[in-house]
Amino acid sequence: MPVVEIAGKPIHVNEEGFLTEYGEWDTDIAKVLAKQIEVDLTDEHWKIINFLREDFKVQGETATSRRVQTVGGVPVKEQFALFPKKPAKKMAYIAGLPKPKGCV
Amino acid sequence: MSITEVAPSIVPNFASNEDSGRKLAIICSKGNLDMAYPGLILANAALGEGVETMIFFTFWGFDMISKARMNDLQFSPAGNTAMHLPGTNAHIPQAMMPAPGMTAMATKMLKKQIADLDVPEVPDFLDQIVAAGGHLWACRMSADMNKYTMADLRDDVEGIISASDFIEMTEGAQLLFI
Repeated sequence: MPVVEIAGKPIHVNEEGFLTEYGEWDTDIAKVLAKQIEVDLTDEHWKIINFLREDFKVQGETATSRRVQTVGGVPVKEQFALFPKKPAKKMAYIAGLPKPKGCV
Repeated sequence: MSITEVAPSIVPNFASNEDSGRKLAIICSKGNLDMAYPGLILANAALGEGVETMIFFTFWGFDMISKARMNDLQFSPAGNTAMHLPGTNAHIPQAMMPAPGMTAMATKMLKKQIADLDVPEVPDFLDQIVAAGGHLWACRMSADMNKYTMADLRDDVEGIISASDFIEMTEGAQLLFI
């Protein structure tokens, strides 16, 4: 797996650029990742990112859009507004998590 | 690993499929609970990938958007030779399938399995699809046969249209008939 420099730190990523080590992520890195995919982070974005981080810690897998709505409390429509076109993958990327595996 | 071995930055390609003009048209023609899901799951997946998605409900698929029927889709194991005893690979004899209560029992079991996966019920799933930008259309002929108007359908159905209208509006789309 490649190692890239993000926010001045060496970070392990997969071939697509998703972080592979949960512990290497921090908010500075999230800001760089968001900028790279042209997302301007607001409090609403952080609410989802923090939920994804916490949920992953407990569940061991990345929450799907469905779960961000039902458990995280952010409606799907809002997810599409905050992370246009591909919310599930963009949210996971910025949160330093793998792409969600679930179908729904 | 020393800093000299650090690879150049890798950024995932989140380019939208819209840029490539990719569109998906799904025709839902079945009203059985089990056959309602494939179209919904694929529509939801396509929307999550930024693909413009249109769903056309026709014939028995009309039950998925009928206010009176959408909460009561059923699953029957009759005629389904892929139906096995739960948790096994053993077939259930087809002769048993039409027994009283079999459809109700099978429907209840399927609904539980779907809920266990945190997959929503059909009306809720369509809510999510519309929230994700999906478009729902109803078939004119099916509406006429059922004597249905827009008032009988989900409020987010965009219109009752003819087959030719749907073909026209889905020009260039990939198409699934379910």
